[in-house]
Amino acid sequence: MDWKPVTLSPSPLDQSWYEASARARLAGLLDADSFQEFIGPEQRMMSPHLPLFDLPRAFDDGMIVGHGLLEAQPVLVAAQEGRFMGGAFGEIHGAKLVGLLRAALAVKPSAVLILFDTGGVRLQEANAGETAIAEIMRAIAIARAAGIPVIGLIGGRAGCYGGGGLVAGTCSRLVISEGGRLSVSGPEVIETNRGAEEFDSRDRALVWRTMGGKHRRLLGAADAFVDDTIGAFRAAALAAIPAAPAFDLATLQAEQARLEARLDRFGDCADATEIWGRLGVDDPTAVPGLTTEAFDALLDRLPEGPHHAR
Amino acid sequence: MPDKMPHDAILASLFPEGHAVTLADGLITGDGPLNGGRLAVIGIDGDTALGIEGACHLAGRVLDVVRAGGATPILVLIDSDSQRMSRRDELLGLNEYLAHLAKALLLADAQGHPTIGLLYGHSAAGAFIATALATRVLAALPGAHPSVMDLPSVARVTKLPLETLQAMARSTPVFAPGLDNMVQTGAVQVVLDPDKPLGPQVGALIAESPADDTRDALGLARGGRPVARDIAARVVREAQGMVVGEARGA
Repeated sequence: MDWKPVTLSPSPLDQSWYEASARARLAGLLDADSFQEFIGPEQRMMSPHLPLFDLPRAFDDGMIVGHGLLEAQPVLVAAQEGRFMGGAFGEIHGAKLVGLLRAALAVKPSAVLILFDTGGVRLQEANAGETAIAEIMRAIAIARAAGIPVIGLIGGRAGCYGGGGLVAGTCSRLVISEGGRLSVSGPEVIETNRGAEEFDSRDRALVWRTMGGKHRRLLGAADAFVDDTIGAFRAAALAAIPAAPAFDLATLQAEQARLEARLDRFGDCADATEIWGRLGVDDPTAVPGLTTEAFDALLDRLPEGPHHAR
Repeated sequence: MPDKMPHDAILASLFPEGHAVTLADGLITGDGPLNGGRLAVIGIDGDTALGIEGACHLAGRVLDVVRAGGATPILVLIDSDSQRMSRRDELLGLNEYLAHLAKALLLADAQGHPTIGLLYGHSAAGAFIATALATRVLAALPGAHPSVMDLPSVARVTKLPLETLQAMARSTPVFAPGLDNMVQTGAVQVVLDPDKPLGPQVGALIAESPADDTRDALGLARGGRPVARDIAARVVREAQGMVVGEARGA
């Protein structure tokens, strides 16, 4: 894939989203010095369960939540740290996001931004993590029904897998980069359960064209495909907020029609390149190598209508 | 562990006067009479994995109920496997299909159709989140056995011996499979009595269902999730305190 070379620019907006820590992503995404954290690391609210497994803990449990400004608009933000326990949802990690979404009803921000970077549920706290995912999805539905857009940003090392993929599917809008993978079962999970003939997890090109950002954008699973920079995610998040759909029967009926049509059109496709060909892409094998600019130009040429109902 | 109550016995107990609920390809759809009105039913039977077609079909039935208006409650019967694990399901966007089913249930509930889950067999992972866990009240029958991941798989991932995990599972409900642990976590609110008619029990759940999501409070009271409720409440307080501070010009 087309990695950005390490930048020599000092601007946080030019840094790689994929390489940045969750805190660096937040610092660059929001207006300078506007971020205020809730339950910051100084409070040391650490997992009560990981010591049972002799595992190290983090002062923030891999989830950073707070308030900030995005082009002077107040937003609530949550960022997962994929380098701690794979960004997985544990009890505290999940509860922080539940609280943030519930707070949105009182605070009435312009949007809630979720910076996904997760392998899914933390197995050492599986029942608490799974239940937290359900609480988060319910809280997103309530926030959206109250008119608050919930925007998901996907471009981290751990991707967005497992229950994280379902939470992402509940958001109003999704922004994804080349490095962002969005899926339920990850490649290794499918291979472990069904064998390498079903999914060879070492075939990185297969992983990227099945679960990666370009495929998700072409399929309509994400609304915007962006370069792997904090500045590109910031611009796309800003553009997504006013475009957020209502959470109502009309939206979900449109999504039902969109997902039924996808089964009809592509249900017999064995590979993403077949889907791209049917979408009208002349040279599907060239898609993975396209720059963001060339990919955007391709999207503009395709005869597809918008896939925005979600 | 008690035997699983079969789905036809559940339907007979729910609807002694008969019903129009059918089972095809592991998917349950239809409705039956309850308290002078109708109870819509969707579900998954026979430890069936939930894939893109199944999720899309069930979501369509839920949206039919919402479109018809009224206040018809929706019962979600669950004896499923996990999400279907395949390259094709993921290629076509399984995360969207599962989230869409959950959103349909959440929308129905928000628009006055109380949603009740009834877990009577297995369920796991994405299938569990998209169905039973997306309802307002989740009940279970003895013999149900939900899990996020079975202990041998947890042993593989955590690199801990299975015997160690089995010993740990006896003292902490937070990671181990099983109905009792999901009850302690607050995810399963109540276990129904299979020897009494299910219609009145489900009717009572609908009548008494809480307006808010109380699962973290249940998890605290039952000891399965010791800190989740306080963490969520603390985030809400800190967020509100900041807004109040700004209003005062702080």
